[in-house]
This record gives sequence, structure tokens and C-alpha cells, in this order.
Amino acid sequence: MPPKRKSNISINIEDVGMEVDASDSGSEVEARRKAKNRRAKPQRKAKRVSDDDDEDEEEEDEDQSPRKRGRKKKAKPRDSEDDEDEEEDNRNVKRKSSKASRKKAKDESDEESEDEREKKKKGASKKDKEESNKEKGKGKGKQGKDVGAEKDKKKKKNRKLSSSFEEEEEEEEKSDEESLSEGEMAALKEEVEEKKKLIATLRNKPWRMKRRLTLLKEAQDFVEKFEGALGKGKGRKLFAFKVMMAKKLIKFKRDFENFKTACIPWERKIKDVESHFGSSVASYFIFLRWMYGLNMVLLGLMFGLVVVPEVLMGLPYGSIPRKTVPREEQATAMDYSVLSDFEGYFKYSILFYGYYNNERQIGLLKFRLPLSYLLVGVGIFGYSLMVVIRTMARNANEGGDGGDEGDFTFSWKMFTSWDYLIGNSETADNKYASITTSFKESIVDEQMNQKDENIHLRRFLRVLANVLILLCLGGSGYLIYYVVKRSQVFANMNKDDLTWMEKNEVEFVMSLLGLVCPPLFEAIAELEDYHPRIALKWQLGRIFALFLGNLYTFLFALFDEVNAKEFVKLTVSDIQVTYLTILVGDFLRAVIVRFLNYCWCWDLEAGFPSYGEFDISGNVLGLIFNQGMIWMGAFYAPGLVGLNILRLLSSMYFQCWAVMCTNVPHERVFKASGSNNFYMGLLLLVLFLSLLPVVYTIMTLSPSFDCGPFSGQEKMYDVVMETIDQDLPAFIGNIFLYATNPGLIMPAVLLMVLALYYLNAVSKGYQQANIDLKKKMQMARDEEKNRRNNKDSTNQVMKDLEDLLPNKSLIPPAAEEEPPPPDVVVDKGSRSPKVKPGAAGKGVHLQRDVSLAAPNPRDPVTRDLGPRRGPPGNAMGPQPGPGKGRGGGRGGGRGGGRGRGGPPRP
Amino acid sequence: MRGNDLKQAWQRMYTMIGKEENPFRDRIVETFSEDGLGNLSFNDFVDMFSALCETSPRELKTIYAFKIYDFNRDSFICKEDLRKTLNKLTKGDLTPEEVTLVCDKSIEEADLDGDSKLSFSDFENMISKAPDFLSNFHVRI
Repeated sequence: MPPKRKSNISINIEDVGMEVDASDSGSEVEARRKAKNRRAKPQRKAKRVSDDDDEDEEEEDEDQSPRKRGRKKKAKPRDSEDDEDEEEDNRNVKRKSSKASRKKAKDESDEESEDEREKKKKGASKKDKEESNKEKGKGKGKQGKDVGAEKDKKKKKNRKLSSSFEEEEEEEEKSDEESLSEGEMAALKEEVEEKKKLIATLRNKPWRMKRRLTLLKEAQDFVEKFEGALGKGKGRKLFAFKVMMAKKLIKFKRDFENFKTACIPWERKIKDVESHFGSSVASYFIFLRWMYGLNMVLLGLMFGLVVVPEVLMGLPYGSIPRKTVPREEQATAMDYSVLSDFEGYFKYSILFYGYYNNERQIGLLKFRLPLSYLLVGVGIFGYSLMVVIRTMARNANEGGDGGDEGDFTFSWKMFTSWDYLIGNSETADNKYASITTSFKESIVDEQMNQKDENIHLRRFLRVLANVLILLCLGGSGYLIYYVVKRSQVFANMNKDDLTWMEKNEVEFVMSLLGLVCPPLFEAIAELEDYHPRIALKWQLGRIFALFLGNLYTFLFALFDEVNAKEFVKLTVSDIQVTYLTILVGDFLRAVIVRFLNYCWCWDLEAGFPSYGEFDISGNVLGLIFNQGMIWMGAFYAPGLVGLNILRLLSSMYFQCWAVMCTNVPHERVFKASGSNNFYMGLLLLVLFLSLLPVVYTIMTLSPSFDCGPFSGQEKMYDVVMETIDQDLPAFIGNIFLYATNPGLIMPAVLLMVLALYYLNAVSKGYQQANIDLKKKMQMARDEEKNRRNNKDSTNQVMKDLEDLLPNKSLIPPAAEEEPPPPDVVVDKGSRSPKVKPGAAGKGVHLQRDVSLAAPNPRDPVTRDLGPRRGPPGNAMGPQPGPGKGRGGGRGGGRGGGRGRGGPPRP
Repeated sequence: MRGNDLKQAWQRMYTMIGKEENPFRDRIVETFSEDGLGNLSFNDFVDMFSALCETSPRELKTIYAFKIYDFNRDSFICKEDLRKTLNKLTKGDLTPEEVTLVCDKSIEEADLDGDSKLSFSDFENMISKAPDFLSNFHVRI
């Protein structure tokens, strides 16, 4: 039917020109109107940027400027009153319809200005149509207009979501579908796309299920109905594919994260320990793991460049004297007692320096083993220094002494710490433990902050404690000195005359001091009453000082004859002592306390022996000194690095097990994020201390003549000189010559000192800036706290959710308020700084919500609407206050109908 | 439909999604049920999952989290609510003094308007800055 009509029209146009109007059907008129409407729109937009199709205003416009009215009316054909007018006109005009058509042709030129005539014209067209199509046609025309208007509205982003409305619309659309113009098609397409998008993203919308279902159904119906009209949904497959890929990507990322976590060695073990014993105990294990990583690299260097080449390419065992057990020792060389002293076969193996040959190049590859040996020995120190310092710098960046991780320490722990994903009961138990532990850590911090005390007494006690500890240290230092002196005297005497006590006096005194002093220090530290984290640092420092005495005796009582064997022996005995201590001191104790408690006269678990606590300071220092031993010894005993790896590996498992099953958490679990750097600092100190003797021997002592890779050389570093002379081009030798010139070295040192000074100054500046910023943040937060009237949520999604809010009073009941005079409104606006600049533009998804909008200005507006509109950007300026924000948001084009007007103008 | 009828089915569901161990499981179910007693209609049930799913927006999660922690449903999280939350989280391992300290501190931190209880806006302000709220407040099905 419609196509036919269209052909008619074209004929008509050809034949009668302007007569078309008169002879057209209702729907055709509609289509034309739409076209005009489109033309008119830009003008309208320019003029009334934010205004809506408010009937009243429309009427006003008509009265005021009849010239414009014609267009305007077409633009807004939906207004019911207009329709009524038309109906009336129709009725009136019916009578003089014959006249009308003629008149129209005549009056064509002033058509726009003559309002009445236009109406008549329309009436005529209607009438014509009625004549041909009877009632139905008329209905259609009207409906068509409605649809057009609806589209118009849509374009202005006033979406109506009520289902009844849409159904109606759909019906209308269906009946009138064929008569859609291009513009309508485009609009419809847009609409359908929007609906599709809604369907796709409905899952993410913050609505209750009921609302979602309704909306989904509507949208689906809509799309189903109209997709036929617009061609089946292109891009749907693409969209589905995109969604699927996005999901896959998320899953992949998650799996990858899991994989990464799984790749971190012992992460789970350490997390377990942390959740039960707190971050302080976990910090030891993290340190242990870090040490393991460092030693793995050292092992790689040492074995990859020294040990393995020697095994593969060097002379085999027994080929030369240094690689063979002497004849007189061979009988006992495999005895356990000999081997456990690292004599016999062990002594003549790749474990030790002496085994390596001084042949300049070995094997087919002409591997320069002595050079490699020296470079690896120095490289180990270089690498360790670099890594320790880098780690320290990184830890310092993470910053702070721990403790200040934000303003919401407790409330975050309270509300966001439980992981809703946990489904495994064991994991859940761990989580409970870790939450409790973390609460306890924060409580300890907080209690320390809150404590008010007698500051003078506390100071006195702290000074007293330090004096006592200094006395202890001095006493033990003197004792060691005294014992070492005695042992030197004993060394000169005949060994058979000495008692066992006299022979092992040094070791005995050392172990006694090591056993007695740490608990003594801990007891004295009670006087100071520091925060446990700080107390741990003090304790570490003090025991470190004590152990330095240990180092001193070791270096000076044994130093004259550097014996690589001693390092290995010491390391092994250290491992034995550590493990035995754990087995006896912790495990046996735990077993006794646990099982003897059934038949004992007091409560062993709660009372005296109780279970052991994990000794953080002792373990950390043990690890540090052990590492110092490795650094010192690695040059003389390459096998030591491998031994150390075994030790670290086993102690990770053994100590994890021991701490989990035999120890109890500390009485005051404390957080220890910063103390890791303290460990590193101690480690750095030990590294320097162990670096000195090794470098000293390399630079000054001449190597033994009969064994080791440097035998026959004057100095060890001669291998480097030799290589430079023989294997490298001459100019490199020259460069080295210049580089070692004091005239060059002095400026270089000077330059470094200057750079150091400069960087230090810069870092101070940054620190100051940091402190200032922190202060500012604190101030901003206080200010925020002080602001009482900032309860308005300006978040758009939040507003969508208001029917869900636990407390509706959250958004002030603006509807109940009288619309305040404009000046007040502006004042209020200036007081709500939280209004988002872009909020007005987001009005797309706004639902019409009359309760929140200001009452509709019923008063007739008698002047131009210009000043009220303003540019869209105006929305971010002073705005009507809370609750009226939407009404005022016309600038952003979100105003949509009645009740959206701003406060009435006086 | 009554919760009793479907208790078994729910139970199986919980185990599947890992609610078995959740200290707030009762609160979750109560919050999402329309009668507030823990009887879920199918819509409520789907609602629950859509709120807790990974992609649902932070605001929605915030609202439900608030409801979950608001034990006495007075639209404020008061000290009593905090005490209950804390006891569920730590299985009552903290001493009463510690609990009081933690509750006081939490309120002090998050309470912006000084009424010594947390209104929804206080809660939202606090949660919106929390780093791991989103990662923790969701389930995978």
C-alpha cells in the first residue's frame, strides 16, 4: 500500500507541484514533517540549547512569535494540545476543504507566516486522506506523529523506560514502519544499537534483579521487532566474539597471576608462617629466601666458571702431587673421623683451593682457569655488594618504618580483609589466623601510640639499660681477649701437657657468651620498653656487636695461617649446632610440655617452660654471620658455596616445619616491614668485614708455591697482568697503565665524592618534600572530616542505586523543600564542591524521577529563555544545590520534560 | 519458596562457591533475601551472585557490603555491629579490651560526620579507597 502511495506522490509532485501537500495522506505528512523537523532542529538547538519540549513554553512561543511557530510546531508535533487544535481545525476546515486547496497554492509564498492557513492546509490534507482512507487513515496519521515525536524525544536523550509506553510505541511503529524516512531509520538504528548495548551490559548494571528482568525483556522485544526493519543485527557475532575474548583474556590473566605466584619459591610456606606468627617471623624466612637466591647466583658463578671447567677439562685426580692424597695419609684417608674433619680425600678435592692447577690454559677451549678463579673470587664480592645495596635502595623506596599504610588501617582490616573466594577450610583457618595476627600487630602499634608515660623515668631507664649492656659487651670483649691471649701461650706449650679444658678454652668461652648474653640483653631491654619492632633492632645490633668479638678472635687467632679447611669445618659445625638447637630446644621442649602436661603438678603449657618462641634476632644473625663465613671462605674453598646452598635449602624446610609445629607466636606480634632493611644493613657490614681479609690476601700475600691456581706467581693478581700483556692488544695495556696512574685515580675519587655529596643533597630535598606532602595530605583529610555537609553523593551510579540504599535520607528529600529563590540556590551550589564536572553530561541514563526534581515552573515565562540556558559547560559552574542538581542540569541536555525546569524566575 | 525446602540445594551451592567458610554467610543470605530472614527467592539468589560476581560495579558491592555489616539494620554501622564483625573475623581471639580499641579506632578513622557511627557515606568513602575491597568481595562460580 504505501509504495503505491509513494508513487502517487511522485506523480503528484510532477503534476501539481505544491498541490502535493493537499493531496497527501496523513502518514506522508508525517514524513514530511519529520524532514522539516530535522531541518528545524539545529536552529532550535542553537537557540534553546537545553530546553525541553515543554508545552507551556511552546504555547508561549506560539503566541509570541507566530512566524516561528509554524516550524516549531512541526518540530514538536507531539503536543497533545496541538493535536487537539488540529482536530478542531480539521473539523472546521472540512467544510471549506475545496477552498483550502486552492487557497494554499495561492498563499504559498507567505505560507510560513500565516499560521492559520497552514493549519488549514493540514486540515485539508487530513480531510483528503479521510476521504480516501476513512477513519483508519486518520488514526494512523496521528499515531505516526506520535512516533515521530517519540523519536524526537529519544534523540534528546529523554528515554522513557516504562514498559507500557514502549509497547504502545512499538505497536505504532509496526503499523507505520514502512513509512519511515531515512532520518527515522537512522534514529531507530541508533535506538536498537542502544538497546543491544543495554542487553549486553545489563549484567554490569547496578540494578536489582526485578528491574533488570523487566528492562531486559523490553529491550529484547524492542530489538526483535525492529531488527527486522533494519536488517538483521550486523556486528552481533563480532560483539559476541569480543565479549568472549575479553572473558578469555581475564581468565588468562588470572591464571598467569596464579602461575607467577606459584613460581615464587616457598611463597605458600612463608604465607602460612606469616598468618600464624606475624610478619616479623615471616621476615626471617623472606630474608632466608633472599639469601638463597643470592647464593644460587654465587653458586652459578663459582661452579660454572671454576669448578665444572676444572672437573671437565683439568687434569684428573692423581695426576700430579697436589691432586693426590700423600702416601702416608692414604691409609686413613677414607676414615669417617678424618673425612668429617675435611682431611683425607676431601682435602685433595675440588672443594679446596689447593686442588686447582696453575696451568695457564686448560682443555680444548684453552680455558684460562687461574684468571677465571681470580675474577670469580672478586666478582662474588662485586655482585653481592651490588645486590645488597640495590635491595636496600628498593626497600627504602617502599619506605617507611611500616605502620603507616594509610588512614584506614583498622577499618580496612575490618571490612575488606576477608576474602570471599575462600572455600577451603584449611585456607579459611589460615585466613582467620592472619586476620587476627594483623589485627594484633596493629593493636600493638596503636597501644604504643596511645601510651602516655613518665618520660623522665623512661629516659633514665633507657640510659641505664644501655650502660648495663655496654658493660656486658666490654666484659665479654675483655674475656675473649684474655682467653685468646692465654690460648696463644698454650699453643706454644706441649699439647700433651694441656687439659681438655685448656685446649678448648676459646671455643668454650665463645659458646658460653653466645648462650648467656642474648637472653641477658633481652632481659635488660625490658627496662627500655620500646616498641617490639624497635626493640628487635636494638637486640640485633647488640648481639651483632657481641658476635663481632667472635669474628675478631677468629680472624686474629687463626689468621696467620689461612686455612680454608677451617671455614668449611666452621660452617658444618654451625649447621649442626643450629639444627640440634632446634631439635632439642624447640622440638623436645614442645614434646615434653605437650605430653608431660597430663601428669604434672602445674600447667606446663601456660606455666614455666611453655612452648618456645621463634628467636628472630638469633636466627637472623646466625644467617648473616654464616653468610660472612661463606664470603670469606669461598675464595679458598669453592665447594663452600655448594655446601651453603644445601644448608639454606634444608634449613628453609626444617625451620618452617619447626616453627609451625613447635613454636608459639610471640606475646606481642608486631609488624616488621622495615626491619628487612635493617637485616640488609647488618649484612652489608658483614660483607665489608669479610671483604677486607680476602682482598688483603689477594693483594699482598704471595700464594703458596706448591698448590692452588696461583702457585708460582709473585702475587695473585699477576694472572691479570699476564693476560693483559700476552692476550690483549697493546693499547688495552696502555689504558690500564693510565687508569692505575694516581694522577687519574685522585680526580676520579674526588669526582665520586662530589657526586655523592650532590646526590645526598638531592635526596634530602626529596625527603623534605615527601614530609611536606604527607603533612598536606593529613591536613586535607582533617579538613574533609571537619566538613559536615558533604554527605551528598554525586556519583552517578550511586544515584541510580538510590532505591537500594539502606538509608534513603542519604539524599536529602529535595522534593519536599520549597524551591528556594535563585540566589540561595547559587549559594548552595558553591557550597557543594563535590559536584563532578562531567556529571551533567552523564544524564543519559537518568530516569525521570520527579521526586527529586524541583517542582515544575507553572508560571508563564514571558521573556526569552536565553539567559537561563547557558552553554552546556555551564553545568559545572555554580549549580543548584543538592537534590536539585538534575533540574539544573539542563545545560547538559538532560532535561526531558515536565518537572525538569529550573527554579522559576521572578 | 521457603528456604527450608531448598536448604539442601543451597548448601551444595555454598560449598561449590566457597561460602561454607565465610564468617558472614548468614548475613549475606539475610541481606539478599527480601524478607530479611534468609529465605531466598530465585530472584534474590540470582541477585546475590550478580552482586558478588567479578564484574559488578563497585557501588553495588559497596551497598551490599554495607548491608552485610549492618547487623541490626538500622542503616548505620555502630559499635555493636563492628564488635560482631570483628568477633566473626577473628573467631573471638581478641580480648575485650582489644576489641573495644579496634572498634573505636575504626569509627575514628572512617567517621566523617562525628556521630560515632558509620553512615553509608562514611562507609563508601572509606571503602572507595580500600585497595583490596574489589578483589576480596567477590566470588567465582
